[in-house]
Amino acid sequence: MNIPMPDFMPALPEMFLLGMTCVILLLDLFLTERSRVVTYLLAQSTLLGALLLTIMLYDNSRTLTFSDTFVLDPMGSVLKGAIYIATFFVFLYSKGYLRARNMFKGEFYILGLFGVLGMNVLVSAHSLITVYLGLELLSLSMYAMVALQRDSVVASEAAMKYFVLGAMASAMLLYGMSMLYGMTGSLDLTHINQVTAAVGSGQQVVLAFALVFIIVGVAFKLGAVPFHMWLPDVYHGAPTAVTLYLSTAPKLAAFAMMMRLLVDGLGGLHAEWQGILVLLAVASLALGNLVAIAQSNIKRMLAYSAISHIGFLLLGVLSGTAAGYAASMFYAITYVVMTLGGFGMVVLMSRAGFEADRIEDFKGLNERSPWFAFMMLILMFSMTGVPPLLGFWAKLAVIEALLGAGGLTWLAVVAVIFSVVGAFYYLRVVKTMYFDKADAGAAAIESTLELRVMLSANGLAVLALGIYPGTLMALCATALSH
Amino acid sequence: MSFEQILFYVFSAITVLAAGMVITVRNPVHAAMFLVLTFFSSAALWMLLEAEFLAIVLVLVYVGAVMVLFLFVVMMLDLNTTLLREGFARYLPLGILVAVLIAVIMGLAVGQNHFGLAQVAAPAPHAASYSNTQQLGELLYTTYVYPFEIAAVILLVAIVAAIALTLRRRPNTKHQRVDQQVATRREDRVRLVSMTAEERK
Repeated sequence: MNIPMPDFMPALPEMFLLGMTCVILLLDLFLTERSRVVTYLLAQSTLLGALLLTIMLYDNSRTLTFSDTFVLDPMGSVLKGAIYIATFFVFLYSKGYLRARNMFKGEFYILGLFGVLGMNVLVSAHSLITVYLGLELLSLSMYAMVALQRDSVVASEAAMKYFVLGAMASAMLLYGMSMLYGMTGSLDLTHINQVTAAVGSGQQVVLAFALVFIIVGVAFKLGAVPFHMWLPDVYHGAPTAVTLYLSTAPKLAAFAMMMRLLVDGLGGLHAEWQGILVLLAVASLALGNLVAIAQSNIKRMLAYSAISHIGFLLLGVLSGTAAGYAASMFYAITYVVMTLGGFGMVVLMSRAGFEADRIEDFKGLNERSPWFAFMMLILMFSMTGVPPLLGFWAKLAVIEALLGAGGLTWLAVVAVIFSVVGAFYYLRVVKTMYFDKADAGAAAIESTLELRVMLSANGLAVLALGIYPGTLMALCATALSH
Repeated sequence: MSFEQILFYVFSAITVLAAGMVITVRNPVHAAMFLVLTFFSSAALWMLLEAEFLAIVLVLVYVGAVMVLFLFVVMMLDLNTTLLREGFARYLPLGILVAVLIAVIMGLAVGQNHFGLAQVAAPAPHAASYSNTQQLGELLYTTYVYPFEIAAVILLVAIVAAIALTLRRRPNTKHQRVDQQVATRREDRVRLVSMTAEERK
């Protein structure tokens, strides 16, 4: 029997990642507790190597391989690059935190790398089956990472909630996919798009039915209201290092999943899914921003802020134009850069036996460490959307896309109103840092030099990219113009 | 009604009834046994679809291995069913409402109108020499090799996660050191002491 060989080249970064992760998994067994840092260094170099390979393979065309289950396109390459960089920063930030909590183990990095592999599969998926498998690979790694701190009751509870609700969402998604397969007879996203665009009105009911279930799955992974319930509990309960991981790169993968399923696969049904996304977006903006005001825990506050940012992200996608998709992608990357800094600050302030996860813990930070108070100020202003910081351009791009799409002006108004509401709780953190007196017992920040340097770089990147947003924006625009 | 149709309806009815029993019976062991019945009758349905390999694997893997493990877990965990039923009555009205709504919508979408024989023709039966297993093997290692590999990675992650979450080294526990037990010699354990016989007092 003659078996044709698939073209392996487009999947080179994934294969490198998988190979290296397996090597690290085996090598980690033979390392002593003291030399655990080797695992960390290998994990970081794996991410950098994969980034290099992805850049080398960057090409302004679309390549399908593995019987059309895998696609390499500019959008995928840009998102993958962002995922590697975000995870690199996550590993770097969390090193000291994990050490202080006796969690500096190989499993964190191995599960983290497998999660990155899952994100890559998801980003490059061109078939319902690869979307689902990538999602499961990512989710399984994340469930385990949340539960890693076994002696913590909150972490176990968070992991349990995440696991049960995640399994429900996966089941919903799978049910929607089975409907879609039943209708179109194909798992291939391009083929599904052709069939669904040509389908008669009699069959629309089934398609709409499938669509609802698929959107439920996607909305759960993104954390859009009303499928957001897990998000604050998981962000709060998980160790901050894991929260850092959960809240950054996987959001890029969830964005890619939405693009693959809704735009690549069900682009013909834009009119149907636009309405659903409008509901999700408005609910997310409203609930995220309003409930965040009531939070006293900064991890929960950032979780609700994440929900509101997801609302913004959905606004760009629902506009249904290439400019809107590019704006959403820009927003997703911006959000990841800002959240890295935000949770990075929580990691920075924490030390052995102490979690700086209450807003109160930031009291008088300006007296203790003016530089990091300034970094947090930049991050909070950027999340609010104050010009000339990065967050402002992201919000502006989405609103421009909404206005350009026509008929969605009211949504732009809603988005602006809730951004103003959101300003309250971001600025409250700034007020706590600058105008409240530090508690007498508040200790100085003790953390490693690399964390300080990289966190400063992160904060300054928000400022620098805000002053010169053109490059990143152009990258997103070209990535989605093909 | 042909013989195959009768078989289909019988096995479908058993599947649905058994699945319903899984979630309604009080005893968790009975629930597990009903799950076995559900698997068996779905295997029979797959057999009717000419998916012989999958049908047999379902029986071998799920009924043979997974359910036995499941029963072990059920017996080892002391499940308190009364605690699980707390709040059942409170959430029942809402639950019924959601269930009825979804059932109605599903009935509208997945029914004769959209998936009847008029829309989707019945597949032609294969010849007796057709090998289901061979087809599956060929597809799995050619068209679906990439998803197949990812599925393998998912299983690897499951192993890593399971070990990471359950392996706990406790230095103070008392356990057998088998290697030392086996390597031990008589001289290590038994000491021959020569002493003079004592007189009875």
